[in-house]
Amino acid sequence: MNPIIDVHGLNLSVQGKQLFKDLTFQIPANKLTCITGENGVGKTTLVKYLLNTFKHPSQNVNLSVTSKETQYVPQLRNIDDEFPLNIRDFVGLGLKKAVLPWHTAKERLLLRRILDETSLSAIQNRPLGAASGGEKQRAFLAQALCAEPKLLILDESTASLDKDSKYNLMDLIEKLLQTREITVLFITHDPELIARYADYDLILANQKGQLLRKDRFSHATI
Amino acid sequence: MLQFDFMRYAFIAGIFISLICGLMGTFVVARQTSFFTHTLSEIGFSGATFGIFIGISPLYGMIIFTLASAFFIGLSGERLSRREASISVFSGVFIGLGILFLSLSNKQANYATNILFGSIVGININNLYSLICLSIFILLIIAIFFRQLAYNSFDAIGSQYNQRFNTVISIIFLALLALTISITAQIIGSLLIFVLLTIPASAAKYFVHSLKKMIFLTTIFSLFGIWVGLYLAYLTDWPVSFFITVIEAIIYASSVLFQKVNWVKN
Repeated sequence: MNPIIDVHGLNLSVQGKQLFKDLTFQIPANKLTCITGENGVGKTTLVKYLLNTFKHPSQNVNLSVTSKETQYVPQLRNIDDEFPLNIRDFVGLGLKKAVLPWHTAKERLLLRRILDETSLSAIQNRPLGAASGGEKQRAFLAQALCAEPKLLILDESTASLDKDSKYNLMDLIEKLLQTREITVLFITHDPELIARYADYDLILANQKGQLLRKDRFSHATI
Repeated sequence: MLQFDFMRYAFIAGIFISLICGLMGTFVVARQTSFFTHTLSEIGFSGATFGIFIGISPLYGMIIFTLASAFFIGLSGERLSRREASISVFSGVFIGLGILFLSLSNKQANYATNILFGSIVGININNLYSLICLSIFILLIIAIFFRQLAYNSFDAIGSQYNQRFNTVISIIFLALLALTISITAQIIGSLLIFVLLTIPASAAKYFVHSLKKMIFLTTIFSLFGIWVGLYLAYLTDWPVSFFITVIEAIIYASSVLFQKVNWVKN
């Protein structure tokens, strides 16, 4: 196994409350790993801690990607009904490699490809505020993809979606894993999704973590 | 009308003010910090009176006060500036300070009205030069950091995690806002600056949805308000700020109407 994240002997507490004690796990590269655990166990805190090690390196964490190669899609975004920007420009906010105020021809090409890939092309001129929950999540994902990440961290991206949109988004993520070199970390509560899509499951409980390899039934049915 | 120097200066100043308001207004509205912008213009008022009090140009006084507040808010987090209580506290304290400095400096009351409501007659060639220089400086900084500022303004939460030096970008934005308010105050007055920084952009977002078009339309709305306002003020001898405010309000009202009509149609 070739780990993209290597955590060993990590103690983590927030406001005096010990969340993890001697936490050790490795996240395999180019796979989909779900992070699961009870509410309040510290899933998001752990991920935010990992992201913070780009700025403040920790002896207990080894990351084989840089902060530029990592994109985090947070659980909540302040996008209300009146949010004016259209989907295309919102996704384009993720294009950060050039300095020019306008997008280069190469970036416009990349943007068009990503909009196609995430099935947003048809609605790209619609304001994001008017998009459905599933469309918004696809737009968040598309924005993250603009940075061409090697590590993509999704925080409960399917939590507020109906069944169809949920599977739609997960199929999309599965396709991404096949078409590019990307590792996906997915914080979720949904046992169905874990059973169907996860390559690995990192179970956080009792201040410890345990990584399980999953036999996906989608593999079995093919 | 254009045979008067001050009218020509005011029309030229209008071009630069609307260019800055087009860009900054779009960001201000995206960040939903209209009320902080209002507070910052009150801080600008007390800065201007402070400038008069210690005997420097009111413009420099404004820049000092608004920049200092921008850094303070930037470092302590913009969330603070959205809290209702802190907005009231800041507004109150700085208006109070403004009145204090004004009374200490023994200037007449019309000085205060000039600062608060602007005065086109007050613009001379030196004011115009400093306005143009500062405007070009602001436009340059925006051009350099355009992408970061747009990400930071339109997607506060996403940029917080995925943009490097995001806090620095927030501070740069607030500093730009402080400068914008200081230089715009000369023509429209510190109390009504937030009219140009918030209303045109709030109206534009109902008509168009791409970033480029929003900035363009906001600029046009601002320029239209300033130029027509100047013309009407010249005709009637009424204050220019009054006309600018009314024109922008009419533009905003029609944008809301436009959206309602669209909504009914669909």
